[in-house]
Amino acid sequence: METPLTKYIKPNQAPLDLKEYEKTGGYEGVKKILKGMLPDDIIGLVKTSNLLGRGGAGFQTGLKWSLVPKEKDVAGVRYLVANADEMEPGTFKDRYLLEGNPHQLIEGMIIASYAIQAEKAYIFMRWAYKKAEVIIKKAIEEAYSAGYLGKNILGSGYNLDLHLHTSAGRYICGEESALLNALEGKRGIPRAKPPFPATSGLFGQPTVINNVETLSWIPHIIENGSDWFIKLSTSGEGGTKLYGVSGRVKKPGLWELPLGTTIREIIEDYAGGMQDGYQLKGIIPGGASTDFLIASQIDTKMDFASVRAAGSRLGTGTMMILDDKTCPVAFIHNLIKFFAKESCGFCTPCREGLPWVEKVLMKFEEGNATLKDIEILEFHTKYLVPGNTFCAHAPGAMEPLQSGLKYFKDDFLRHINEKHCPWR
Amino acid sequence: MLSEKEREEILEETKLYPFPKAACIDALKIVQHHRGWISDEAIADIASELSMSKDEVDGVASFYTRLYRKPVGRNVILICDSVSCMIMGYESIYDYISKKLGIKFGETTSDGRFTLIPNTCLGDCDHAPALMINNDHYNNLSIEKIDSMLEKYQ
Repeated sequence: METPLTKYIKPNQAPLDLKEYEKTGGYEGVKKILKGMLPDDIIGLVKTSNLLGRGGAGFQTGLKWSLVPKEKDVAGVRYLVANADEMEPGTFKDRYLLEGNPHQLIEGMIIASYAIQAEKAYIFMRWAYKKAEVIIKKAIEEAYSAGYLGKNILGSGYNLDLHLHTSAGRYICGEESALLNALEGKRGIPRAKPPFPATSGLFGQPTVINNVETLSWIPHIIENGSDWFIKLSTSGEGGTKLYGVSGRVKKPGLWELPLGTTIREIIEDYAGGMQDGYQLKGIIPGGASTDFLIASQIDTKMDFASVRAAGSRLGTGTMMILDDKTCPVAFIHNLIKFFAKESCGFCTPCREGLPWVEKVLMKFEEGNATLKDIEILEFHTKYLVPGNTFCAHAPGAMEPLQSGLKYFKDDFLRHINEKHCPWR
Repeated sequence: MLSEKEREEILEETKLYPFPKAACIDALKIVQHHRGWISDEAIADIASELSMSKDEVDGVASFYTRLYRKPVGRNVILICDSVSCMIMGYESIYDYISKKLGIKFGETTSDGRFTLIPNTCLGDCDHAPALMINNDHYNNLSIEKIDSMLEKYQ
């Protein structure tokens, strides 16, 4: 089984420095494209590889790049941004790549920047990743001294500057347009779309924002081609995926497996199964804003299409396990509290709606809820939907709530009938 | 007044952007690094440095969770209260620390040694429960580990 992204990441060892990375074939991709590939050739290759965005939305990377207008049509700087904000509860995959193989990301960024003819690139990273900050800074310096970044890279005439920006907090900054506002030094509030970043992004210029895991793939696709990439997956969507498991399993962790590996395999073969005395009750497959799946759906393949068909989203691919000894209402309440706190406050339905939902869930926890409260929750899941809110934040928050109400209704009712939380 | 060093560091950051205003968050971080928190005076200093209004700078400062508009203790404890840490029992960790230090979330000890703040996911979910003190991560927490951990921070 091939694990291109994590092959050289060893636990508790320093990541490859520039020389070591070069020994593994690192930066060959940059040399290859600057010697003889046109930007459009690269975009074409990434398109045929069907690399789907690993940040959660699963948008095709090559297509995203192809939406950037050509230089003859739009003048001025264009930007590439690596989204390393990773603040989705339950998600810890990009951190592994940032700390484990920084040059892989930087090389991917150089190739992506060249493909869209960007001359400036930023890594937008969450503040908490202190270790990654040191590692990335050092790697950027190394890449500059080796001539992979800066003016006239490897004598090709192509210039690229790359900077690291560490965020000052707030989950919403992972939303690409809010991220751009934060990078411009403003409040991190999402922007209206259209225009999309490809035409008007950072400082109003054409911009592509890609996730860390997505960009880390680029050198490998340049080196091995699109057929190789597609064959890595079991479901034809292409590539491997970093899958993570947290919660009451024997061995929580992160593994690189073919895209399309089933939930059962990930939980039983890699995470060691449930801890003794705990039963699997539900699965949040890809971060806080994805719908629950239940134990009977354990044979679902973890790829974009299969998880969608099962009624949720693959999202980040890092799953959280709901066990039978954790109250599902408390689990959902915790998620909603997070979303309520992290609302940017710009649009009313989200700013007012999420705290209201949070208060209602509190009533359940305290044993003061009535049947009317179930109605209030259900109303919100139908009301806080795309189109009624400015961005996807509140609709995302409703995903675990609506699926929780569907699958764990009895548990909600027990809180009402027994007038306290049966788990406490 | 910005110190010479603060001004220099802010100037370095402004070079990375097309116009100075874009370095607003970086400037706030720099000032907080030197002064521990961001006072009204600091807001005014940054505003004049970046040709912004005070309210504009305050609007940015008040948006971000890691920019402190109130004084904090010498050491800041950020306890992850997100769902994976909840499942693995962050509440008992919080209760223990809160009792030991005699402060709740959002408070600072009377000797100014610790501030306790709840925090969203720290990306340490496979080693939950987790917390941070200043820039240091701690994970796989258990109550037994806490006393010696806190001892390192005076």
